Parts: sequence; C-alpha cells; structure tokens
Amino acid sequence: MKGYLVLENGKVFEGKRFGAMGDVIAELVFTTGMTGYLETLTDKSYAGQMVVQTFPLIGNYGVIPSDFESDKIGPGGYIVKEWCQIPSNFRSEGNLDTFLLDRGIPALSGIDTRALTKLIRDAGALNACITDDPDKVDLAALKAYRITGKVAQVSTKQAYTVQAEQEKYNVVLLDYGVKASIIKELVKRGCTVTVLPHDTTAVDILAKKPDGILLSNGPGDPTENVVAIATIKELLGAGVPIFGICIGHQLLALANGFETGILNGGHRGSNQPVRNTETGKVYITSQGHQYVVLREGASDNATIFFEHVNDQSCEGIRYANAPAFSVQFHPEASAGPLDTQFLFDDFIKMMEG
Amino acid sequence: MPLNKDIKKTMVIGSGPIVIGQAAEFDYAGTQACRALREEGIEIVLVNSNPATIMTDNVMADRIYIEPLTLETVKRIIKKEKPDSILSGLGGQTGLTLSMQLAKSGFLEEHNVRLLGSFPDTIDKAEDRQLFKETMIEIGQPVIESQVVTDVQSALDFADKIGYPVVVRPAFTLGGSGGGIAYSREELAHYAKNGLMLSPITQVLIEASILGWKEIEFEVIRDSAGNSIIICGMENIDPVGVHTGDSIVIAPTVTLSDKEFQMLRTASLDIVRALGIEGGCNVQLALHPTSFDYAVIEVNPRVSRSSALASKATGYPIAKISTKIAIGYTLDEILNTVTGKTSCAFEPTLDYVALKFPKWPFDKFIYAKRDLGTQMKATGEVMSLADSFEMAMMKAVRGAEIGLETMNMPKLKPLPDAEIKELLTKATDERIFVVFEALHRGLTPEEIHEITKIDNWFLYKMLNLVQYEQLLAEGKLDEETYRHGKKLGYTDKAIRSISGQQVPCQVEPTFKMVDTCAAEFAAQTPYFYGTYISPAAGGENEAAPFVRKAKKGTVVVLGSGPIRIGQGIEFDYASVHCVHSLKKMGYEVALINNNPETVSTDFDTADRLYFEPLNPEDVLRIIDMEQPMGVVVAFGGQTAIRLTKHLQKHNIPIIGAGADCIDMAEDRERFDGLLERLGIARPRGFAVKTTEEALAAANKVGYPVVVRPSYVLGGQNMIIAFSDADIREYMAIILEYEEENTVLIDKYLAGLEIEVDAICDGEDVLLPGIMEHVERTGIHSGDSIAMYPAKSVSDELAEQLLATTKQICKGLNAIGMVNIQYIILDGNIYVIEVNPRASRTVPYLSKVTGVPMCELATRVSLGEKLKDLGYGTGLYPKADYVAAKVPVFSFAKLTDVDTHLGPEMKSTGEVLGLAKTEEEALFKGLVAAGYKLDDRTGGVFLTVRDSDKGEIAKLAEKFHGLGIALYATAGTAKVLQDAGLTVHVVDKISENEENSVMALLESGAVGYILSTSARGRDPRRDSVKMRRRACLLGIPCLTSLDTANALADSLMSRYSQQNTELVDICNM
Repeated sequence: MKGYLVLENGKVFEGKRFGAMGDVIAELVFTTGMTGYLETLTDKSYAGQMVVQTFPLIGNYGVIPSDFESDKIGPGGYIVKEWCQIPSNFRSEGNLDTFLLDRGIPALSGIDTRALTKLIRDAGALNACITDDPDKVDLAALKAYRITGKVAQVSTKQAYTVQAEQEKYNVVLLDYGVKASIIKELVKRGCTVTVLPHDTTAVDILAKKPDGILLSNGPGDPTENVVAIATIKELLGAGVPIFGICIGHQLLALANGFETGILNGGHRGSNQPVRNTETGKVYITSQGHQYVVLREGASDNATIFFEHVNDQSCEGIRYANAPAFSVQFHPEASAGPLDTQFLFDDFIKMMEG
Repeated sequence: MPLNKDIKKTMVIGSGPIVIGQAAEFDYAGTQACRALREEGIEIVLVNSNPATIMTDNVMADRIYIEPLTLETVKRIIKKEKPDSILSGLGGQTGLTLSMQLAKSGFLEEHNVRLLGSFPDTIDKAEDRQLFKETMIEIGQPVIESQVVTDVQSALDFADKIGYPVVVRPAFTLGGSGGGIAYSREELAHYAKNGLMLSPITQVLIEASILGWKEIEFEVIRDSAGNSIIICGMENIDPVGVHTGDSIVIAPTVTLSDKEFQMLRTASLDIVRALGIEGGCNVQLALHPTSFDYAVIEVNPRVSRSSALASKATGYPIAKISTKIAIGYTLDEILNTVTGKTSCAFEPTLDYVALKFPKWPFDKFIYAKRDLGTQMKATGEVMSLADSFEMAMMKAVRGAEIGLETMNMPKLKPLPDAEIKELLTKATDERIFVVFEALHRGLTPEEIHEITKIDNWFLYKMLNLVQYEQLLAEGKLDEETYRHGKKLGYTDKAIRSISGQQVPCQVEPTFKMVDTCAAEFAAQTPYFYGTYISPAAGGENEAAPFVRKAKKGTVVVLGSGPIRIGQGIEFDYASVHCVHSLKKMGYEVALINNNPETVSTDFDTADRLYFEPLNPEDVLRIIDMEQPMGVVVAFGGQTAIRLTKHLQKHNIPIIGAGADCIDMAEDRERFDGLLERLGIARPRGFAVKTTEEALAAANKVGYPVVVRPSYVLGGQNMIIAFSDADIREYMAIILEYEEENTVLIDKYLAGLEIEVDAICDGEDVLLPGIMEHVERTGIHSGDSIAMYPAKSVSDELAEQLLATTKQICKGLNAIGMVNIQYIILDGNIYVIEVNPRASRTVPYLSKVTGVPMCELATRVSLGEKLKDLGYGTGLYPKADYVAAKVPVFSFAKLTDVDTHLGPEMKSTGEVLGLAKTEEEALFKGLVAAGYKLDDRTGGVFLTVRDSDKGEIAKLAEKFHGLGIALYATAGTAKVLQDAGLTVHVVDKISENEENSVMALLESGAVGYILSTSARGRDPRRDSVKMRRRACLLGIPCLTSLDTANALADSLMSRYSQQNTELVDICNM
C-alpha cells in the first residue's frame, strides 16, 4: 500500500507503508549505523522523532527482544529503503513489520533514503509526516511541530530496582529515557540500580544513600528540564560520584553553568570519532544527538576531556569541584562500538573512592 | 604524532608478477603508497620485477628498479641507493617477506635503514601458526583446536584425536597454497605431505573443521598511538571452507545483529592490538551460525586483496592511510579527502552493499579441478555496488564475463533434479548457479541451507529473483513489474528474453555516490554506481550535477574488467594511461570498470568513476547521461572491444578503431580477404564447423595444425593438434562449450615468432619496437619469453615488417594501437594475428623504449598526427637496453592443469629483465621469474617428443658441459648416448616404480626438467602427471627446447646476482 512522507518544506516522497497505520508527525533524523535497528527502534532518546536509516537493507536479522533498549517507546516513525520480509538470525522471533505494528510505529519503505538524508543534513532540523493522503497535510502545523516534554513522557513513573547478583554498590539512576543497556552495564559491575523518575527531588535521591548517581540518556532539548537541572545542582554538593550520559551529560553541564546549543547536522551513527584530550587517544563511539554542550563554559573546575575529532565539539566533561564526569556519546553502545565501555569502570572506581 | 622528519628516502617493494593470490591489488596499493610518500616530499626508491604496473611508471618514484625481487638484488639496491627507510606492508606477501628477511638478518640495522610499518615480531606473531595461536590464547581469543606438525605421522595422530574432517594449512604460503580439507586418513596423508613440501619452513597446521560456520572478515587499521578502527566488515556468502579469495563476499555484513557484529569487531581490534600491527590488516573470523561462539581463523598483517576490496567498497583508501601511518602520522591527523573536512579516524559507513564475485580460470583450464577449498584459485574478481542484494548479485554475475546475463546457467537446465541436488554438495565456482537452479526447481531455501550451509538470508534473496523470473515467464510484464525488475537488477535484455515481450516503458537510472559516510557529510567524490529509484520516491541522480561540459567534450573510457589469464593488469595500465592523456589534452574523462583491485577504479584517476559492469546496457545508460563526444575501447582489452558493436549500433562514436576494423581483424573470412588483397601471407587454413570438416581440413594442410575458435581471447581453447585423435578430442570439447562457433584449422609453422605494437594515425605508422620470442611459434605469445630488441631481425627484415604492418594498419583502417604477431620462416613473413587495440606488451615496451605508447595512441585517435608528436614515424630507434619479458605461472594452485605450454595462454603474470646485453637481460628475467640460476647442483631430467629429438643432444651438451648430471627416459636417453653423453636412464611412471620418474623427482636429485610431449592436457596421461608432480615439488619444468636452451645459456653465462647491472629506469 502506498504511503507518503511529507516534509515541512512541502517536498513529498512516495513509498510503501508497513508497520502501523495512521498518520504521524515527527522530526526527521537519520542514523548511519549499518546494524542496530532494534536498539534504535527501542531507544527512548528518539521520542518525537522519525528515524531514517541510511543503510538500505533493514530488518535482516529480524526481531530479537533481548536486544531491546526499552519495552515501549522509541521513535514515532520509521523510514527505510527496503525491509527484510524473511529475516535470518538464530535469535530472531519475527519480522520488522510485525514489530512496528505491535509498537504502533508507522513506517515507509522504498524511499530514496540517501536523498532524504542529504535534505535532513542540510536543513539541520526538519519536520515531516507519514500519511496516506499528502494533500491533506497542514504544512503550517508541520513547521510548528516541536519536541517538548518528552523526558516527562518517557521517564519511568515509578521507582524500581534492578538487583545486582553480588551487590557492591548502590547506584541511583535518574531516568530521562534510559536505555536498558546502561542498567545492564552497571548491574554487570555489581551495582544494584535504583531507577527513579526524572523529577525525583535531591532529598529523595540522597535518601537512597547512593554510592553513585547516573544521569541517563533521554530525548529533546536539555534546557527544558529546569527541575532536573536544579536537582543536579543540589546533588553536586553531596559529594556522591555522578556519571552523565547523553542528555545526562548535558543536564550536568547546564547545572555547572555551561550552555547548550544545536550542532549543525548533528552526530548520528555508530562511527563517531572522539578524542580523549588528556591522552590523545581516539575512540569510535555511538552517537545520535544534535544538542551539544558549548565549549565556552569550560573552566578550571570543568575540563573538556573528550572532544569530537571532526568538529572539536564537546563530548565529555570532567569536573574538579565534584566527583562527576559525563560524556555526550554512548559508552553502553547498543547499537555501536564497545570501545568506551571502560567509562563504566571509571565510574566504579570513583565509587570505590 | 606527526610526520617523522628523519624519513627522507624510502624504499618501496612491489609484489612482483601477478600470480593467483597476488594480483593487481598490489599495484593499486603500491601506487597509493608512492603517492602518499610523494605528498610528503619523501624520495622514493621502488623495486618491482613486474613492468606491467602503474607503480613502475617513471613519474611514480625517483628511482625505479625493475629487478628480480630476490634478497640478493634488493640488498644490492639498498647498498647502492642508501635509503633511510623501507616500507614493508604494501607489497603483498612478497614485499613483506623480503622486508622481514632483511630486518631479521640485521641487514637493515647494519645499513641504517628503518623498517616502516609492523615489526618482525609482530609479523611472526601473525604469520607463524604456533606463535599466533599462543598469542590468541594469551588474550583470551577463541581459536580452533589445532596443532602445528612437521611430519605426516603427527598430522594423522592429531586428526585421530580430534576427528575428521580436518583442515590442512601450510605455513607461509601464498593464497593458502597446498592446503585442503581432509575427510579421511588417506586424504590427510596426501594434503599433509603436499603442504609440508610447499611450506618454506616445512610446517603445516592441522585444525578441527568448522565447516558451515559463517566467515566474517574485518579490515582494520591501527596507528602507532594505538588508535584502531574498522574500515569494513565483510561476510562471505560461502561459509567457512572456501578460501575467502574464492568466496562471494558482501560488505557490510548482513546476517549479524549488532550484538554479534560488535563482539567480532571488538575481537578484531583486540587481536590487532595484541599483535601490535601498525597500518592496514585483515582479520578473519568464523562465527557459529546459531550461537555466539566464534573462532579466530587468521590475520593478514598487511595490506591485502581484501584491503583493496574494502577500499573500493567504502571509498576509504587503506593503502594510502597505511603509508601515512608508517611514516609517523596518527589517524586523527590525516584528512579524509572524500569529505575534505573530516578526519580519517572514523569508521566508514555504507548506504549500499558491495558484492565481490571471483573470476576463475576454469574456462581456460577445462581439465582443472573446479573444487573450491582452502587453496585460492581465482585469478581476479569483480565488485558490484547496489542498494539491494539482488541487484548487486545480478550486476556481479553479468560483470564477471562468464557469458551470463542472469543467474540462469544454461548447462544446468537439462540436468535431472537428482544431479542438481548432488551438485549442491560440491563447493565449486558454479555452485551459486546450482543453488539458483535448485530454487527454480522448487527446492526450499531451508533444504538448500541444509546442504550448503549458505545462510537463508542469501537464499531467500535469491528466491526473490527466482519468483520474479517465474512471474515474467508467466507473461506478466506491466509497467510495475518492469520497474520491479529494474530494481532487482535485470537488464532489459534479460527481461525481454525471460518474458518474451518488449519492455513497456523506459526508466531512468539513478546514480548514487560512494562517499564513506552515507551522506552524513557533503562529499565531492566523483565515484558512482547506478540503481533505479523512481522520481516519486525521491530518486536523485547524484552524478548528473557532476557531468560538466568541458570545452573539448567528455570521453568515456572503458576498463578491462576482472583480471584473468590472457587479460591482466597490462590493460589496466593502458586504461589509466589513456585517462591521464585525455585529461592532459583537456577532455573530461569518465571511466567505467568493475575491478576493485585496480588503479583505474581509484576515484581520482578519471574525472568520474562509474563502478559498473562492462555490459552493453550498463555502459549505455552511463553514456546516455554523460553524452560523450566519443568512447575509447582500445585500452580495455577484449572486454571493451566486445562492446564496440553495441555502441556503434547506438550511433555512439568510437575513438580509435571502430567496429568494422575490429570485425575485419577478428572475422576469419574478412581477414583472409584483406590479406589476400594486400598480398600478405598467412599459414594455410580453413574455417570449419564440425568434427568431420575439421579432420578433413587438418589432413589437407597436414599435421601439425593449430586449432582454435574463430573469436579468441588469449588463445582461449587453442591447441596444436598432431593427429586425428587430437582433433576429435578438441572438437568434442569446443562443441560442448560453444555450439555455434566456427573453428579455425591452420597449418602450424615452426618459425621465429615476432610481435610488434604499432601506433597508426591513419597515414603514418610508428613502430616503437620489434619483439622476438625465444620460443618458436606454437607457444602463446603471453607464455613466451620475449626479447626486445629482436636480435634475429635484420635491418632489412625490420623494414619489411614495418611495410607489412603499415599495409595491414591501412587495410584495416586502424587508428591508434595495433598489435601484430608474425612468423618468420625461411625469410618469409606470415601473419598470425592482428589485434587493433592495446596489447599485453604495451607497458613494458613503453618503459624500455621511452615511447609513451598509450598517450600517442590516444592522441592520434583524436586526430593528432604522429609526425607532430615528437617521436617520429616508422621504426623508432632501438633502446640502449635489452629487455627480456619472462612469463610467470600459477600452476601450483590449479590441480590437474597440464603445465605444458602451447598456443593457449596459461601464464598469469610476467617479469622483466633489463640489461645492456641479451645474455644479461635473460639471466635477470629468469631469476626474476623464480629460476634459481645460482644453484647448479641439481641434475636435469630430459624427456622429449620424437619431433624434438633431433635437437636434444646439442642442448644436453650444454648442461653436461656445466657438470650437470643428465637423466632421461629411454627414448631420449638413447639419442643422448648416441651423441656420446653419459645419461642416467629413468623409467616411465607406468614402467617401474622404483626407478621411475616420480621417484627421481622425489629424491631431490633433479633441479630442472625438460618435458615435451605431442599430447598432453588430460590429467590421466603420464606426462601430465609427471609435470604436475614437478610443479608441486617446485622443480622448474620447461616444455619447449627453446626455453631450455635459453636457460642453459643463462646458466653458462658469467652472470650471477652479484654482478648484474642494477638499472634505474628513471635514469636510463
């Protein structure tokens, strides 16, 4: 069945529908990862966005629930060149169509995803909608679409705990849209993880007597989260080790007086090089962000210890005034390279004291 | 770390002649290395024995030695040139091994030469099976249960312990030579013995079989700071068991989830780190299809064939970056020139798939075993780029030049189902087509997977093709079906033939860019592949904006496709030179080729590169968009020539010789007519269609006769027939393969063979040089030793040859390059063959004479006149140097192929000996080709056919005079004894086992063999068995008296590797 992608600039791409039916409006983003579509489709950081896969053949290894990063929410729409009807992998439990249908994600195939990617790249941010009837699309509404309040929407409503087999540390994770693999990495290292809603107060957090606090990844504009930023400010004084990832990194930076901005084009894929400015060593990382912490906020108390190799934008900050550090990229990978998983070890070391 | 400023003069070692397992990819790598060094202002000393390479062009390096790649010679060059460093990892196994020998012996240190790239202990850890295994165990990487053995018994004992089948891998051999999979004790004994013999350190690895596991490869680059990245992950469609060089390979991996992929990626990086590799490297892993179990197979600690493939598949120039790393840079300091603003420290990502399809020599070696295993047999490969697997497969198949437009192989069609099922069990070059046929017949992917272990993903994709064809066959061809077919990769021709209908409409192709980053960054690489995406779906043709209208117009140059016997790297050399000349002349140049190993498919060679099959439709749709003022076909070998007719049919101007000229040269009747008109002689002959006609013709002209099909490439399927039986055998084979083809029967004239390459501007002709073959006619020119200048050609004869050449060129209306082979017999000139195109000899002749032949040919093809080009007309003055071109063969890799030379070409590559005298040039050429002329301890074994017996005594005397013991079979021995020579008589294989030829060969007493036989080919014949054994034992076996004479003369000469002149061709 035919379906259409209508961009806010009026451009229309005709494709074939699969996944869930119905219209959806979202912000277009692309990802260049050649594997990892399941992780992408279950990543809450994509809430409110519509993901375009640049690799043309998607769904090859089917649906593998144990690789999911969340049980419900991911991107609002999905665009591919071709999806694989008969996947092949020993862990696969189904195909992409069924999965998207189940999750209520409308999708299109057969589109020139490379041409679309170039448009997104050049536009910076671009809204679009998937629809059956392109003539009925209200372009003004499309243009006006903004991703707001997504952290509140995707964060857990209730606290829950994931117990480590042999508990060494008690870590509180502030859930702004956490990926399951972050929790897995912590639990693997002997951390019992208490996941708390994004708006939990500092008092309540500290009442859990955490050995460390992890600020998770999540969707949207970090500056929206004024409460969370204020909470982090309070936490900084408590002397508890803090590790921020993605939006967690941005919130930590905002709490420390940094400002955030918008990258031209963003970093999107599993092939993003970052340099550790202290060692000069380069790592390949997984990224999917457009908001960025501006370098100008760096001070004696806050050093940028990771930068992007291509545009030197801030990829990680180490604080001197508190036992805290954070990275923009995803050390938990999933999808992507495992090169920077050692940062979780660093976090553990901080907790060791 | 930035550039190491201490590096001022670097030696680069090339990989030598093309052999199976080491092909054009190292010219690409070496050329990139030289360019990378040049950019830094580093002086380059280059050594390579292969003249047919771009890297040995005098603009590539400051000093170029086309000298034997032996330790002795390289040492002498180092002493002479005093480089401060040597680059080790870019000259294939040959270059690496030489570098390591130089380093380990202390020679480099002694002469203050720094080794650039990986160090010897790293290379040892990667290449020595035992050390590698230990290193892997140390870092916790799973390895396959295995044991290194140095004798057959230990191999058998170990196999008894772990169970059959087992894999045998000899240490330090090229392309896995001598390896195999043994299912029984008998087979293991055979393979182990063989492998031990071939391994320079008499070591083989016996390992547990992991047949059926997925074979995954990673191309890794690591710099001196320890930064490591993956350039490309690749998945072999053929599971473990088939050498990766013989596998159909897709990039990126497609059946691995991110979890599996990252596990293997991390393993590869850990391995490369543990080994301490700096530069490009290839890691091969096996992954269990239904678990996370994996095992490390092996590591190639250098730039390899896979690196060339990965470079072309991603746009990331691995060889260039490896060179920059070797001279001190770290990855993040190197700019990605594709985007112009990002660094090379990133992992390329694809928004298409790349498929590699090997090119095997079995069409020429019909008696060779087609089984694929651990020993690589392919001579070359094609790559296809597409946005679906189906289209990539279709492009690869029609680009491989195997006579197929789709995956339907006609010869499988009549076979019963049971036989198709049986064929599925055998890994051969044709299995993928058997799979397709099986799907056509209704076998399910699951059933086929059970038998072949090919992943269902690939099988279901192939099923899509089958189902589409079934739909077409039902006669359903509306616009939607047609569009769907184009997306699947079908040509209009295929759609028409399967559906029996005309195509309903025209669809425009969509060309897409290869940019390393899946459009994340804006790129300017003019590197494209074609697909079909409708305008409604947003289909954007990215090539169109690049099509510029230069004042002089655009020229499309057709490349030469995959490397095969008869069409090697020489044609890529010619294509690249043509492109350079056109650019110099102010034309825009678009190049079409599908060989990932080459310099021509480097994205900055032409103004635009189209990585597409050299198939009429693919080529035409590019031409449609480019609207060139003309197309050049003359430099792309027979691949490009074959397209001429199609182009002319579409009124596309051909630059240079046109379709009529080519047809006149190739069509027997027209060619005979021309020669008759011109009064030029050729051997008497007839064109026939049936066995009866052939027998009649042969008897009419008298045996021996040369028999061949009328349209030839590299003497394909050509033999000399000495009897009716030969004719019958040949006709049976040829009629099976090419039913409609005319067969030519010509009188065989045993004269002097002369070869010329002429440049013709329509009025004048320039003959840069006349070459003379050491061997009499009857041996294919590609397999003959050729000498330039021709010593037996008097000035008078040279003038006659010039006049005849001129006549032929004019008669053919040839423009540009023309290659002619002549026979001189009793002072008469006979023409054997004329090819109005660049030939195999162009690169070396250009280098030796200094005449830029490709450039001149390009210029005259576009209307310039020879007399204005500065090289004159007529006979070009002889060079001060003599050149001996010596062929190199890959027989050791091809089971059951007769090594006897004949009119069908068998060599895969060539080397050049360059010197002041003929004697010295020949000596150098033979040494470069691998003959060990310094060692005269072994005896010579002689066994010749009756027709050669008259000359054998004189030859034997030469060996005898050198104190070399003579061995011969009874008939030959008698002749020698009659001449008063002492001979050890040896029994034929069938006569007496203990005193047999085989026992003699095994004993190690023989250093050379001369074996000529009237009949050969069939592997069951004794003579063929003996030659095969010699080949496996590494004993040079000559099959022509003339070659043997040349060898004897060289042995008698005063030359050694210590006293030859080292010739720098940049300063000749």
